[in-house]
Amino acid sequence: MIKVEQLTKKYAGFTAIKNLSFEVDRGEIVGFLGPNGAGKTTTMRILSSFMPATSGHAAIAGYDVFKDSINARRHLGYLPENIPLYGDMRVSEYLRYRGALKDLSGKRLKERVGVVKELCTLKEVENKLISTLSKGYRQRVGLAEVMIHEPALLILDEPTIGLDPSQIRQVRELIKALGEQHTILLSTHILSEVEITCSRVIIINRGEIEASDTPENLVGKIRTSGTVNLEVRTGLDSPADWIRQIPGVKEVKIETDDFWHRCTIRVEANSDLREKIYQLAVQRHWIVRELTREKATLEDVFIELTHTDN
Amino acid sequence: MMRRFLTLLQRELSIFYYSPIAYVVLFFFLILNGLSFWFAIAILNHAPSENTVVQMFFNSAFFWIAYLLVFPVITMKLFAEEFKLGTIETLMTAPVRDWEVVISKFLAALLFYMNLWLPSLLYFLIFGWLGNRSAIGSSGQLWAPYLLLLVMGMFNVSLGCLASALTSNQIVATMISFVLTTGIFFLTLINYEVNNTWPLLHDVTAYVAQLDHMDSFSRGIVDSRALVFYPSVTLFLLVITYYIFQYRRWRT
Repeated sequence: MIKVEQLTKKYAGFTAIKNLSFEVDRGEIVGFLGPNGAGKTTTMRILSSFMPATSGHAAIAGYDVFKDSINARRHLGYLPENIPLYGDMRVSEYLRYRGALKDLSGKRLKERVGVVKELCTLKEVENKLISTLSKGYRQRVGLAEVMIHEPALLILDEPTIGLDPSQIRQVRELIKALGEQHTILLSTHILSEVEITCSRVIIINRGEIEASDTPENLVGKIRTSGTVNLEVRTGLDSPADWIRQIPGVKEVKIETDDFWHRCTIRVEANSDLREKIYQLAVQRHWIVRELTREKATLEDVFIELTHTDN
Repeated sequence: MMRRFLTLLQRELSIFYYSPIAYVVLFFFLILNGLSFWFAIAILNHAPSENTVVQMFFNSAFFWIAYLLVFPVITMKLFAEEFKLGTIETLMTAPVRDWEVVISKFLAALLFYMNLWLPSLLYFLIFGWLGNRSAIGSSGQLWAPYLLLLVMGMFNVSLGCLASALTSNQIVATMISFVLTTGIFFLTLINYEVNNTWPLLHDVTAYVAQLDHMDSFSRGIVDSRALVFYPSVTLFLLVITYYIFQYRRWRT
């Protein structure tokens, strides 16, 4: 659906993206992550034919975004960051206008405007001026507009920025529902959202791809260690000394409250040491109140990949 | 393709007719045109004159003030607003071509500008119909100034488009377009000044001598040089606008 080869964009003085190559297949929901200024928006703008690349190729649905840009744009719904909308138009009027620009007309246009209003629950504001809408509604107008011509591909640049938690959940549900029919490339900073919605994650940093894989694999591969939490009463034993002897333990931190020791144990590469720790506790006659494992999250992956070079 | 263009044009026109500014402009235009017409009649009532009402109307100060002030106001928003709101991004990622956007904006402003002159045409028609045909002159004398207004309007609207495409700030766009429009207008005066002393400058400025052009067109003398010159320069300015528009988008 998206094919990017050796894409480079240079601005006066600096290179926004360097030799970017990746592919997105039909039906995928891909999360496009990276710190601010990593080149996400630049990449999305090139893919949406808003501006040309300095070198390299990009194609959408088989159409080159520069040479055959009108056809590429026909297959694309692009939602820019901050959802620019015309404040002087009414919601229905805006959707009709955008639909007509995207080659819909007559009955089909009317039908699609109705469908997207329904899907994005815009019925109650359909006759309001866009300038009077709240941020959540603006976001939904933006999303409705993006899918009005049923494009094969949706590119969404931070679709949940600035929304409150319940609105974020609504938008996430909507994106998930859209993912059943559309291929989606979305950028966001909310990593929990990516773990829930995306089938694949591409992480870029300073214009280069750092990783591209499923969220599970990324978390699995990460070098940062996972964590085991242990809460025990050990009598006279000093738990840290004993735990450190278990192979695979990297670091033990202990907080003591009365007789209870709360141990935060960093272990290597998501290895699960709970059994060994339990056996140790049994052997030393410790009383265990809690023994849990925290997996590494996508956030750990993100921080690891984008900060190690700095 | 044609339908897409009409969609764009309709949108641009609706911006004019839905905004209060358009009606403020129309209102002041009516006042200035009304004054201009009233003075023409008043002069004719006072004493016999060689000039027709049409001539007096199109050569009055009120007419020229209205004419010069209107271009910056109607063109300032065209491109600057899209850049400021960021809607340029949604607009240009829809399947539309750059030239369709440029032409639709230009044409919408031109149509609105021509609309502003309609009431004055109505004055003349009613005036003639009430029995003073001779004070209007021949029908050619009536239509020729409107033809000139169209071509000079094309020229000044395209200047405004250029100014608006240069910046994201409407006020800056207004200033640039005002300076360009009035600056070129006052070349007419230079044209008078250097009549004998500097023949080359005189010949060059004669092409944009809008006062002169109006003087002859309102007599019914249709000068084909003006009819060729203004549209050609318009085309040239629109091509420049097109490139600036594209360049600014590609640079963002």
